[in-house]
Amino acid sequence: MSDRKTLQIRQISGHSGPSAGFDMQRDAEVCKLIDTTICIGCKACEVACVEWNDMPFSPTTFDNTYQTMPSTRWNFWNLIKFNEHQREDGTIQWLMRKDQCMHCADPGCLRACPADGAIVQYTNGIVDFQQENCIGCEFCVSGCPYDIPKFNPATKRVYKCTLCSDRVGGGLEPACIKACPTGCLKFGTKDDMKYIAEERAKQLRENFGFEHAGVYDPQSIGGTHVVYVLHDAENPERYGGLPKNPVIPWSYTVWKWLFKPVLGTFALFGLVGVWLHYVTVGPWRIQPERPRKPEPPKKKEA
Amino acid sequence: MTTAIDRFDDKARQAFDQIGQSEVYEGELLRHPVYTRFLHWMVALFFFLALFTGFGIYLPWLFRWFMPIFGGGPLAREMHPWFGLGFVIFFGLQALNWIKPMTWTAADSRWLGHLKEIASGREIGTPETGFFNGGQKAMFWEIVAGCVVYLITGIILWMGARTFGRWAVAISYVLHDISAIIMLGGIFIHIYLSTIGEPGTFQAMIRGAVSEAWAWTFHPAWYKEVTGRDPEQACEEARQRGQFGDR
Repeated sequence: MSDRKTLQIRQISGHSGPSAGFDMQRDAEVCKLIDTTICIGCKACEVACVEWNDMPFSPTTFDNTYQTMPSTRWNFWNLIKFNEHQREDGTIQWLMRKDQCMHCADPGCLRACPADGAIVQYTNGIVDFQQENCIGCEFCVSGCPYDIPKFNPATKRVYKCTLCSDRVGGGLEPACIKACPTGCLKFGTKDDMKYIAEERAKQLRENFGFEHAGVYDPQSIGGTHVVYVLHDAENPERYGGLPKNPVIPWSYTVWKWLFKPVLGTFALFGLVGVWLHYVTVGPWRIQPERPRKPEPPKKKEA
Repeated sequence: MTTAIDRFDDKARQAFDQIGQSEVYEGELLRHPVYTRFLHWMVALFFFLALFTGFGIYLPWLFRWFMPIFGGGPLAREMHPWFGLGFVIFFGLQALNWIKPMTWTAADSRWLGHLKEIASGREIGTPETGFFNGGQKAMFWEIVAGCVVYLITGIILWMGARTFGRWAVAISYVLHDISAIIMLGGIFIHIYLSTIGEPGTFQAMIRGAVSEAWAWTFHPAWYKEVTGRDPEQACEEARQRGQFGDR
């Protein structure tokens, strides 16, 4: 699923401290820009994703919308969410948002993951799952604010969008970007994409009457490597439940980096404690005890 | 309610006495019937299966090397809840079996008050110690509490974030691990005290019998209850006969 040869690893799950690739490469941070205002819901990106990643075709679920299925699957990583929003004047706004892994700068999945090397973050910002190290505990699911990691019951491992790390490592854009016919999807460095997104949002505000148009790049998780341009950045929830201020449960951080090693060591003290008891105090003997041999009288020092 | 539990336990004990046997020799007392021993070893089996598969989830980087025994990390993760369920079920039966002798009394609080002297070897126990001492009861009730925590948080972790929500899983994971760490510390003490820490104890869980000397030493009130003799006097008589505990 990944390409370790071309991408340097910055962060590893279940691993404290910097990894070998930390801060040693001047890799630009990559970013995918999704302009929801010019998405036409053609689903070319969905097909391109299935195609490039050689995933088996998965049955669709019809729910009276244009949406392919209710949510992403372990073998369906890219899903356009169709939502209808009724404005105050009664008119309908048809919102389409391409849903996939957001590649957070501070990934909740990576924080929650206990398995060494099952989730890695490359220096270019891509968060990737290494299924050979995954133990299928699904803690990443609770760590993710976007409900992205999906469990495959056959392999008992978790899968998600890789941002086509294999393509990006080889200097290509992700498959979804290549397939997009409208220019709604763009790919480049984070700085460039942020600039384009902000310019587009400004254009929407000034020329198209979307006063709340803005860029979705939530700072509560350090920003994401997938950013959206939204007609209404004040209410991202309308776009199929995009959280305005995504959070990572604090319990993972406190527990993993502080209590887990400390308390684990305390449990070992149980072992050390009984050993010390045995060699110092000694066992409790069944009574009556055999009388001890009197010690020979100590010789007086000359 | 209590009578229904009693009837169930009595029936189970009788049924298991038909299957297995307890070897009680001259000068020995029956401590644990077959049913109790069966439950104890089933609890132990599932405890260690759950513990070792749990290690693979707790610190995969450290315990990865023995995960292949369970068919690899993902399979260990898959089996862990089932092992845990076995542990909780068998311990639940053991709890019903022991609910009476494990009832906390004022004597147990006094026993705990002497913990420092007992741990430092100055005292062996208190003369009023019955079938179980305060330490054993404390451990028992810790495991009962731990099982409740395991069951609730374990089901939340098992069903996952999509059933119970992200925060429920994130908090359960911490509580589940704290409970496991307390029990891990406890198991070292339990194994030590039942083997080399108190010689003569282990056979109570193997063939069910302990020597009378063991009984008057560690559980004097229980000795008095079953034999009707005074434990101190019995001990003194043994001393005069030259019959020592380490024999």
